[in-house]
Amino acid sequence: MKKETVSDRRKFILNMARSAGITALGGFVWSAYVDEVTASTLLLRPPGAIKEEDFLKTCIKCGLCVEACPYDTLLLAAPGDNKPLGTPYFIPRDIPCYMCPDIPCVPVCPTGALDESSVTTNGELDINVADMGLAVVDDESCIAFWGIQCDACYRACPLLGEAITIEYEKNERTGKHAFMKPIVHSDVCTGCGLCEQACVTEKAAIFILPREVAMGRAGDYYIKGWDKDDEKRLENAKEIKTKTRISEKSALDSLNDIGDLY
Amino acid sequence: MGNFWNNYRYLFFRRFTQIGLLVLYFGANAWGWTFLMGNLSSSLLLNVVPLSDPYAALQMLAAGAVLASDLLLGAFIISVFYILIGGRAFCSWVCPINIITDAAALLRRKLGVDAISKRQPASRNMRYWVLALSLIISFAMGITAFEFISPISMLHRGIVFGLGFGWAAMLIIFLLDLFVLKNGWCGHICPLGGFYSIISKVSLVRVHHLEENCTLCMKCKVVCPESQVLHMIGKESLPVISGECTNCARCIEVCDDDALEFSIRKLAKNNKIGE
Repeated sequence: MKKETVSDRRKFILNMARSAGITALGGFVWSAYVDEVTASTLLLRPPGAIKEEDFLKTCIKCGLCVEACPYDTLLLAAPGDNKPLGTPYFIPRDIPCYMCPDIPCVPVCPTGALDESSVTTNGELDINVADMGLAVVDDESCIAFWGIQCDACYRACPLLGEAITIEYEKNERTGKHAFMKPIVHSDVCTGCGLCEQACVTEKAAIFILPREVAMGRAGDYYIKGWDKDDEKRLENAKEIKTKTRISEKSALDSLNDIGDLY
Repeated sequence: MGNFWNNYRYLFFRRFTQIGLLVLYFGANAWGWTFLMGNLSSSLLLNVVPLSDPYAALQMLAAGAVLASDLLLGAFIISVFYILIGGRAFCSWVCPINIITDAAALLRRKLGVDAISKRQPASRNMRYWVLALSLIISFAMGITAFEFISPISMLHRGIVFGLGFGWAAMLIIFLLDLFVLKNGWCGHICPLGGFYSIISKVSLVRVHHLEENCTLCMKCKVVCPESQVLHMIGKESLPVISGECTNCARCIEVCDDDALEFSIRKLAKNNKIGE
């Protein structure tokens, strides 16, 4: 009996170990891929889209919103687009969102990834409260900031005179003329992208970014002076203590301690 | 000619439903048809009835998404349909990948690849591991893990909405099935197939084997993409009870001896008792 027969138990253990190994390898590659592909933060979603993080788990990638869109604005990410596969997005420079009053893309969503309640006011669909992104002006390439009279974005805006206003300012360079600068108001702008499409420069000087990307956040430590409403934010402010070499002593001491500063 | 029809009738109907569904979906996007809109992940039938992939819904649940009522209803309808009627019929009657893997299997037989490499290096239970893994990744990362890599929805979405680089994935599956592993994708890896295998354990429509007619030609086992489910061939008159059977009916049509037929599970059981 030199050659022992391999017992079923040993075979079973080997099989389990092998399966576990393959599963771990597969899981590693799989999750790395998914992590990579969902890291894209510059996507513009259809109106009513819930927070990106929730959107990725809720969108079932059925394309019903894409089919509902009468302007072919919405696209589904295909392999090679380097976007979360199968999810809807739009490129405003090509085709912006024309802000249909009946918002056909949102009610068709079977999963609630496009949330009807977020584009509803007083029980009726209201595209004007949609938040697909925020228009941002690059004032270095915007020719209106050079002194050329251009109000293409202002005219294209479906919320004319509200989301973008024109600010007049004296052109100090020529001394004779006025700047007519487009200013975006983040509380009104829906991110539809009509301005981006209308922009006359070679590469749009006004463009839509996801709001999360486009906006900063001042935090709790700064308030607008002489503004009673803004002061209320202080009520929720939390204290954070930072320690540097200077702040180790009390402010009075450290400011008077000349030796430490020079 | 009659014999030809007899040998390929189910195959014809399967290709007809597979391609017909694709045409309906494609027409919805391209020409605004409203009969069947969306895609295999989720669709809307006649503008009223929601239909959703129950496996996608399960991943969403694992990912911690809030499940909308339309989605739940759609997933319920599809689940009930396949539990009662279809078994794994989705795989062979609906899924577009099936056309690719069937083509690979056919070519594999013609080229005699199986004769060269007889040993299958992987277990068919792998799909259940993948299924479990997809739910674990969905849970851990808060996304629907398989939906982000699924070649099924990739191809289907691709046909309806534009394929992009998706053809590469299709080619990989074709080559995998052709050279690496017989029935590799559909029979070993695909977690959606695994999912339907589990839920269709109780489904009603079953292939039934009549041992007394069998001449042991084994044509059925050659064409069967899940040949382990036909373990009773030539031994016992039994219905195919394994959920892994896709109800593709290839075995029925290649059988020249009427030893295989569709039947309703309950009746099949009664017949057996009556014998």
